[in-house]
Amino acid sequence: MSFLSIKNIKLVGLSAGVPENIIETDAYNLMTPEQIEHFIESTGVERRRRATANQCTSDLCVAAAEKLIEDLGWEKQDIDLLVFASHTGDYKLPSTSCILQNRLSLPTECMAFDINHGCSGFLYGLSIIANLMSTGNFHKGLLLVGNTQSKNVSYEDKSTYMIFGDAGAVAALEYAPADGDSFDFHFMTDGSQLESVYVPHGGYRHPITPDSFVVEDCGDGIKRNKTNLIMDGMDVFAFANKHLPKSVKALVEHFNIDKDKDVDYFVMHQANKFLCDKVMKKSGMPAEKSFFSYKNFGNSSGASIPLTMVTEMKDILNQEGRKNILSTAIGGGFSLASAMIKVGKVHCSDLVIVKDDPQNNWPG
Amino acid sequence: MTLDEFVKAFAAEFDDTPAEQFTPATNFRELEEWGSLVALAIISMVDDEMDVQITGADLRNSKTIEDLYNVVCAK
Repeated sequence: MSFLSIKNIKLVGLSAGVPENIIETDAYNLMTPEQIEHFIESTGVERRRRATANQCTSDLCVAAAEKLIEDLGWEKQDIDLLVFASHTGDYKLPSTSCILQNRLSLPTECMAFDINHGCSGFLYGLSIIANLMSTGNFHKGLLLVGNTQSKNVSYEDKSTYMIFGDAGAVAALEYAPADGDSFDFHFMTDGSQLESVYVPHGGYRHPITPDSFVVEDCGDGIKRNKTNLIMDGMDVFAFANKHLPKSVKALVEHFNIDKDKDVDYFVMHQANKFLCDKVMKKSGMPAEKSFFSYKNFGNSSGASIPLTMVTEMKDILNQEGRKNILSTAIGGGFSLASAMIKVGKVHCSDLVIVKDDPQNNWPG
Repeated sequence: MTLDEFVKAFAAEFDDTPAEQFTPATNFRELEEWGSLVALAIISMVDDEMDVQITGADLRNSKTIEDLYNVVCAK
């Protein structure tokens, strides 16, 4: 079993940044109004944010991080750890975290690295940054997480185009040996279903060639090329529907959590309404404790949990007093994590709307 | 779960198609109500009732309800 428990770290702040550009679900012209209505009914996604050609995940994260650092009154010189969890970095090489160290004017005495995870990125990133900091060797850390997966989807593939939204989010953590929060995690990995969620070309297994851009008719009105994200929604649902509740069960049993008494709030990865409803029911989480952001932001990948906290739980998290939050997430891989996060006051910044920057002078 | 029980449970996931229309030989993907949402409901039902995880390919490769039942039983 794969568990992790951390007691001497404090989650002090959260922020999120989304592109200004809004795509309404009912604007999609490859489905009938009835089909779209049915789609919204089952997925819950009414609109989502889409990055412009100039906008990278890092841009969304930088805007959110600057806002959070200012709100918290942090001195940038004190930040000695930066982790960026994303599939959609700026370049194939180097790590985007290094670029971010410079863009955020963080000290060079700073450990920075990327984690290559998608929808499980927030809980993975949180566990890794908190565990590193729990050694006492780091004092202030930033987790930047998110994706701009709209850049990978085919317009003619409703199973991905209609679901995913772009977002970046930031968590600020401090070393707090005397009065830390409590983070308890369970992890699970099953790499046997690679083809359920993947982008076939563009890695080193299948580098980009002219063939990568040949559009294939995949049936059911779906067309895409080999650089596009493929998601077999049924496979993902089947796996998630079985294993997210299992992971939650493993977590609550291992850490002796009473689901009724000990859990104040439930925030899971915002895959879609249908899955969220099933997992809530199977995990015994009532609707009044649960929060969602898929309606306005779709499946915002790794950013979805902090984005939900910032947009839907801001007033709750900004209050003093202990809050016990149960969370669970599944991402491509399959990569799965569940967590019980017991926090005090967590400053949630106002959602940052990131405008397009036409002055794109990045090299390459 | 017997084949008959499976057919009943399968039929219960449909809102508009009358239950008596379902037999082991029903070509379920040809049903007017068949779609991704019903497919997800079937996946969920199979997991709940039989503790078996079926894939999108299992559904696509099965023609009749009995075909799917056999796939589930073989797992």
